[in-house]
Amino acid sequence: MSENNNIIVASKLSKKYNEHLVVDDFNLTIKKGEIFGLLGPNGAGKSTIILMTLGLTEPTSGSITVGGFNSTREALKVKRITGYLPERVGFYDDLSAKNNLSYTAELNNIPYREIPKKIDEALEMVALTKNKNQLVKTFSKGMKQRLGIADVLIKDPQVIIFDEPTEGLDVKVANQILQTILDLNKKKNITFLLSSHQLNLMQRVCPKVGILSKGKLITEGSVESLGRNMLGGGKYRIELELEKVTGVLVEKLKKLDKVLSVTRSGNQLQIMSDKDIRQDISRFIAAEGVLLTRMDMKQDALEEIYLKYFKEE
Amino acid sequence: MRSILTVYRKELSDHFSSNKFLILLALIYIAGLSSTYVALQNIREAASSINTNVFLYLFTTGGDVLPAFITFISFFVPIIGIIFGFDAINSEKNSGNLSRLLSQPIYRDSVINGKFLAGITTLTIIITSIVIIISGIGLFAIGVPPNADEILRLIFFIFICVIYGGFWMGLAILFSVIMEKTAASILTAIAIWIFFMFFLPIIANAIANAMAPLPENASIAMQIRNFNIEHAISRISPSTLFTEAIVVLLLPVGGQLYFRPVLQEELSRMILNPLSIGQSMIQVWPQLVAITALAIICFALSYVIFMRQEIRST
Repeated sequence: MSENNNIIVASKLSKKYNEHLVVDDFNLTIKKGEIFGLLGPNGAGKSTIILMTLGLTEPTSGSITVGGFNSTREALKVKRITGYLPERVGFYDDLSAKNNLSYTAELNNIPYREIPKKIDEALEMVALTKNKNQLVKTFSKGMKQRLGIADVLIKDPQVIIFDEPTEGLDVKVANQILQTILDLNKKKNITFLLSSHQLNLMQRVCPKVGILSKGKLITEGSVESLGRNMLGGGKYRIELELEKVTGVLVEKLKKLDKVLSVTRSGNQLQIMSDKDIRQDISRFIAAEGVLLTRMDMKQDALEEIYLKYFKEE
Repeated sequence: MRSILTVYRKELSDHFSSNKFLILLALIYIAGLSSTYVALQNIREAASSINTNVFLYLFTTGGDVLPAFITFISFFVPIIGIIFGFDAINSEKNSGNLSRLLSQPIYRDSVINGKFLAGITTLTIIITSIVIIISGIGLFAIGVPPNADEILRLIFFIFICVIYGGFWMGLAILFSVIMEKTAASILTAIAIWIFFMFFLPIIANAIANAMAPLPENASIAMQIRNFNIEHAISRISPSTLFTEAIVVLLLPVGGQLYFRPVLQEELSRMILNPLSIGQSMIQVWPQLVAITALAIICFALSYVIFMRQEIRST
């Protein structure tokens, strides 16, 4: 096991399928207890990186370690401490939730006498205790996703890798899943690597993200720092429409506390900030005697970062 | 090793609780019991000239309407093999189970090995149970217990059936590894079985007649040449090899004649003595080795392809 605080370390990782480079010189470090979001469009190489992390496919060059174990050479040790939930999680439909989890527990060499307790604990974590003896074929997609989380919890993992955890789920269920991720991270200090293209949902749980394009990690960091670096603004984007905009007004707005940048487009202004400063802005505008016709705020800086990058590309 | 056993136990339990197992078992039992009934009707006549190995006639005697048990078994063993192998891997992929399964701390080959072993065990149980049932009914009906030679022959018969079923299971697993859809893998395996079982004998006969035509007044040499060509081509088929092996094994008297052309006058002068189990095994050894090799080749191919396959996240 590694002695430092890094739990996943990818170094110069590359993967070629025939002559097609899918992952290109990928470097990444994830610390213990972190929730890291790997973002990118379809075909960016997210799933291939996950498969290499689990030792399910070999890198063409470079290496990746999980908990200090090399994923290629020590795949079993990696899989012992890593739980993986694929995008379309599958279970044996004709078995009950309990029997599916029992199979996973046996594959993980958990002593037979401990299995019932482990199953009960895992199902309780995902609020499926009542459905323990129900056949999986009667489960909804959301229930299956929760069962998937219970399935990875059986082995007491240090790391959980989720491929598109909220894909195809309604907002309520997606939020439940994200809340479970946050709870597990808090209670058990489990490190999460989430891969998704549902940016607004990822933003809620991932303090750190990496954006992947054509197999390359093009940027990485906290959502705020990425916003600052790429958009010249913060997490909050406040849009204003005024009756009349002057250069003096814009300069005065720029000097307001917590304002990071102001962009003008005709009578419309876009203010980037690290805080919700709508009250301060409306007070200032009123004091300047200008009529405010519209004010909106968006907190989707991650989506902005993402779109900006892929637009520029 | 524990992971193979875990997969094996789960697969075995799946097989035993599946509808396909119950249907196959019912079919085999119906066929076995019907052929036993027919055998009991005709056994006196069949065994009248030879008074050795009477017990084995339960398995080799047929009637006008229903064939002997060994004919049924040569039909059913490939079906059982195919049914328990055609969806071994692709159904796991399609249901999204494979990537979850392989993300557990197990070697990848545990999955395919466990599934193959569970299929072979199920096949062994089906064949053994029907052989025991027929033996029990026969023992009760004819009152002649099997001797050691007959018991050994029946054990080898079960063994050859399992190896032959293993070949078809290996082939079906190979298609389940290569093909994404379960319908495609079962249809391909069944198409190959139909080709070997029904079309190859027709093709062999046509080729033999083209290469060594038999006019009305064909000489013995021409007839033998025609027979040899047809027989050589038929032996491409594992079904032919299996039939040859079980006929020689379960018919100690005269079974060996199945391999070569026998003239009527030659037959009338023959004094047929039963072969010992050792002699019968020597006779069927090439067939047994060929079937075993085919089974190993099919399973090894599916093993290698599965081990080298890229696992996708869905």
